Amino acid sequence: MSCSRMENKILAYVDGRLKESERLQVEKHLAACGACQLRVNEFRAVTSLLDEVPQIAPSAAFDVRVRARVAAEPVQQGWWAWFTPSPRVAFAASLLLLATVWIGYEQPQLSFENSKEADAQMMQEMQVLDDQDVISNFDPLKDLPQPVQPEDQTNQTGQPNQTM
Amino acid sequence: MARSDVQLMLDVKAGDEQSFELLLQRYRTPLVNFLYRMVRAREEAEDLAQEVFLRVYRARKDYVPSAKFTTWLFRIATNLALNSVRDNRHQRMEVSLDAPVTMDAEDGDEKPLDIAEKHPNIEQYLVEEARKKMIRHAIDKLPEKQRAAVLLHKYQELDYGDIAKILECSESALKSLLFRAYETLRVELAPLVARQGK
Ligand SMILES: [Zn+2]
Repeated sequence: MSCSRMENKILAYVDGRLKESERLQVEKHLAACGACQLRVNEFRAVTSLLDEVPQIAPSAAFDVRVRARVAAEPVQQGWWAWFTPSPRVAFAASLLLLATVWIGYEQPQLSFENSKEADAQMMQEMQVLDDQDVISNFDPLKDLPQPVQPEDQTNQTGQPNQTM
Repeated sequence: MARSDVQLMLDVKAGDEQSFELLLQRYRTPLVNFLYRMVRAREEAEDLAQEVFLRVYRARKDYVPSAKFTTWLFRIATNLALNSVRDNRHQRMEVSLDAPVTMDAEDGDEKPLDIAEKHPNIEQYLVEEARKKMIRHAIDKLPEKQRAAVLLHKYQELDYGDIAKILECSESALKSLLFRAYETLRVELAPLVARQGK
């Protein structure tokens, strides 16, 4: 085997992922080729260095956010179901509301940039809630920033929209 | 007996929300870590990982176990990560040109004084930190497709066929992608590699 044909096999050899016959071929080449043997040693060193990279843990809010986003998904039903109130949608909406309030509660601990992002996240989730058309008169929602009115002049001047 | 990923996904398809919860518990940490190494920003990594789970949930009704669940999962994650990296490249280049060379967003908020208080053996701590930082930077500097290949190969321990499917290339193209990545890492990490060999 040539050195160039070794290229596609060296890493698999280091990983122990070669078939027996291929492994023997590679070892035969390695016994006669110092350059490829050096590369094998160095690839082994690289894989063990990669083991040193620390893992991070997802933040505490991660699961809550996934659940809230999943709960906000429209229920897949027949068109007629649209006219009847669905207990599942109501349940999903209340779960989402709970999660939204909870995420809102977390905000004071976050930096300014984080809270902007959390706001965006929350608004995104609220948008989905609006689509459900279920809880349009829900009291806690009154605490949320009001949508910008069309006659609001601040937006015309290029000011960033406060509710975004 | 723990149910397989495919079985869990089929149960989700049949309407069992609890099975989705189990998939979430099983894959949130690997996904967040993979995406974190891909996009190099923690919050963005978490957002993208949430997006992956949402897409899995949305696709449940059409789910057919034609490929391994992890292959499917990491294909969604990889596509989201590559798009995000490409979208952000321009923005990031501006940032990195402005930032001092020694700055490293990943090093957190620890100030020198805090470090000295928390770590009595400061020299050893700094040496280890510098070493980890060097390894992280070497991974970060790889072109994104090579980086994805290395992460999937090394940390997810997927086999070549699965990674090739995720990256939408042939198995031999994947092998040469990985070879080039390891060549780069071997050069970038030469000082550490030399010590490791002893
Ligand atoms: Zn050779």
